Amino acid sequence: MKSEKKTIKSIRIDVDKCNGCRACEVICSAFHAAPKYSSNNPARSRIRVIHDALADIYVPVYAGEYAVAECAGRDKYTIDGKEYDECAFCRASCPSRDLFKEPDSGLPLKCDMCASDPTLEKPLCVQWCLNEALIFEEREEEVEEEESQSELEIGLESLAHKYGLNEMKEIIAKMSASKKG
Amino acid sequence: MRYAETGFNLEIDLTRGSIERVVTDPIDTELYLGGLGTNAKILWDRVPPEVEAFSPENLLIFGTGILCGTPAPGCNRTIVSTISPQTKLMAFSMMGGFWAPELKYAGYDKVILRGKSPELVYLWINNDKVEIRDASHLKGKGSVETAELLRQELNEPKAQVAAIGLAGENRVFYASIEQGRSSSSRGGIGAVMGDKGVKAIVVRGTQDINVSNPVKYFDLCNEVLEFIKFREKNPIPGVIPILAVLGSPQEMAIHDEKWHTENFMWGNARLRRKGFWTEDVSDEWKKTMDTMRTRLISCYNCPMKCGATITPPGQPTYMMKCFSKLTYTMAAMSNLEFGLRIAQVATEYGVDGYSAPQAMAFALELYENNILTDKDLPDMPSDNEGRFYYLLDKIVKRDGIGDALANGTYWAAKEIDKGAEEYAHNNIKKHEQLPLKLSMLNPIYFLMYSTGAKMNITQIEGQFPQAPFPELKDREEFVKDWFQVPDEKFKQYFLDWEPRGEKSIPYYPTVEMCCDIVDWQEKMHYIDDALGMCAGLSSFHHKPPYHIHNLPKFISYGAGMEMDEDKISFAAKRYRTLIRAFNMRRGLKRKDEKPPADHWKKRFPELEKELLDSYYKYKGWDNEGVPTKESLHELGLDYVIEDLQQRNLLSEIEETPAKETSANI
Repeated sequence: MKSEKKTIKSIRIDVDKCNGCRACEVICSAFHAAPKYSSNNPARSRIRVIHDALADIYVPVYAGEYAVAECAGRDKYTIDGKEYDECAFCRASCPSRDLFKEPDSGLPLKCDMCASDPTLEKPLCVQWCLNEALIFEEREEEVEEEESQSELEIGLESLAHKYGLNEMKEIIAKMSASKKG
Repeated sequence: MRYAETGFNLEIDLTRGSIERVVTDPIDTELYLGGLGTNAKILWDRVPPEVEAFSPENLLIFGTGILCGTPAPGCNRTIVSTISPQTKLMAFSMMGGFWAPELKYAGYDKVILRGKSPELVYLWINNDKVEIRDASHLKGKGSVETAELLRQELNEPKAQVAAIGLAGENRVFYASIEQGRSSSSRGGIGAVMGDKGVKAIVVRGTQDINVSNPVKYFDLCNEVLEFIKFREKNPIPGVIPILAVLGSPQEMAIHDEKWHTENFMWGNARLRRKGFWTEDVSDEWKKTMDTMRTRLISCYNCPMKCGATITPPGQPTYMMKCFSKLTYTMAAMSNLEFGLRIAQVATEYGVDGYSAPQAMAFALELYENNILTDKDLPDMPSDNEGRFYYLLDKIVKRDGIGDALANGTYWAAKEIDKGAEEYAHNNIKKHEQLPLKLSMLNPIYFLMYSTGAKMNITQIEGQFPQAPFPELKDREEFVKDWFQVPDEKFKQYFLDWEPRGEKSIPYYPTVEMCCDIVDWQEKMHYIDDALGMCAGLSSFHHKPPYHIHNLPKFISYGAGMEMDEDKISFAAKRYRTLIRAFNMRRGLKRKDEKPPADHWKKRFPELEKELLDSYYKYKGWDNEGVPTKESLHELGLDYVIEDLQQRNLLSEIEETPAKETSANI
């Protein structure tokens, strides 16, 4: 398969620099409000500072994929004498926690790096983090080229997955035969 | 639709256990803005002067600033207002932190408490669900401890908690309300909360806050952030370290304490230690800070780092803010390690970091002068540090002599008698002040100390440099980019201000100029307190990112009310005057309006009289300090006129002075 260069956007997080102000949550939820900036509500934010002030834990995490089911991740990590839940580093919107879900509908939220037209220089959480706990990074990666699939292909593929390719072939053959007749 | 504010207050009657969600009148917002302004209006309407701090009829109002919960950076303050048990006047102490925005997201602008709960309770405000819950298991618990226990009990790690410690429960006159990294400390507000039987208010909110002109509001916020970045790269030259940068101030981040330790007084505001800040001290204190400070932290939506998480080895972790860093250290004539250690205990107890150390230093001075004896202070340790811990316990538990000391130095001195009053020397209106003792009267500071209704110098000073710059070229440099001034004349005042000679203090700035300067300084604080803006990005600083030119726009584009510089100034004058009337109605007198007698060595009684006369006039007050009928009418405060007239407080202005007509020949 051919490979191509793709731009990967990510946010580098320096937990040591976070001052816990949650400006990232404020501006993220404002940017994604409709109309843009018309309201804000950290509960709708796609980035959250997971924190426990007295334990000195401050981890900004931005929302990733939606996960249908809980995972088995209940482990604890001790880093520099501080105990973190495994969840503290997880970006998933999942059933085991209330992060990254719309408060009214429960629908999952996912970071889109503030996709807009024109494109912003950096996502707003990064722009509003004056302490540089959040650093925007763009890098080029070689990725295997994927041909984009048509809707029909996606549909057929899921049917093939369910019924098997052979049965589908037989049905298609039958269908073409009956049309001819 | 209401913008920026929610349009609802929570009214809680603790005697009856009733909770109401009340729609507020948008006209009040236009007239009094919000936060302190609308708090003051409610207190005027509902708390007559006969009501004492500990009457059930007293209200305890937690008011959010009108712009709290919007994206305006650093706008996060809760303005807590009530009657102070210590001054018997209106107390309004502000706290930053995270509580005010959370209350807005829960759907309320204010929580108004009245009555008294027979049992200790806490309030749980979770969006639309509001409950009064039993807190008997939290009795005697520390404020930080209480917050943690409640978050666990409710399984709400994201809830924000404002709680009192034992000092509040025992109605210590300088008890604070603690809220993580912030506190509402001045005026004994925590004692009123304790008197009402409320241990804590827990809040969780997940609703939207709207702004009226989203794009313009966003642009204003970005301008503020850009300015903050600019100031960080370009500190103001020629001023003390905490004023060269922004913050409220960033005491936990700034290591150089030469200015505070050598200019503020130690002990019971007595001893100035010139040359204290040696290299050895600097190294030792830096080491202490590096050992105990785990992280620099901020309040909600603010890039500053004014607070810190402090973990003294062997003690629980707590969060410290601001100048409490030095108050215990200096009162006890000790070092930073002691200061950070005892502040942990004091934070759990919930006491004001200004008044508490002073009450303790005062007690020790009485002991040294045989006014208090071993009988009053049984089993007191022999070292200063030990004595401070001993006294803190006695005060908070109101045990023995601690019962008197818990009322602050003014009231304690009266009770102890035997000449103790001479030692309660650092109060204004019965309230302990920062330990500053200086040489030459400063006319600007004279007016601020005398008339400030917050009775805390840091809550009225700002904007205008504290001292003249020696070189003209430095002054010229300073005024070059001073766009925050409301009028160009302030630049000239500063340019002409010399450290010595004709144009130096006490006669320059002139009386008239002093009135202009002080009024500007005070106004900016009052605006901040209505908006919920932190003084550390605004009124407290020279050349701050928020100023008279952009604050009205924040209101226009945020709250959707037409606002300009004149209108915002007029509104601020309205609620400032209302607070004045409220306090005059409660018995405040011109004779109470003075700095501590020993604040300056060189005093100028005639000039001071002229300053006060002129400033009263400037403010629209009569010679006794009562707002005049004319000024009240102009401000639309006719209901105040009526009330003051009934109480015979209003002087009738006569066209012709009485003296001239009395000549009866």
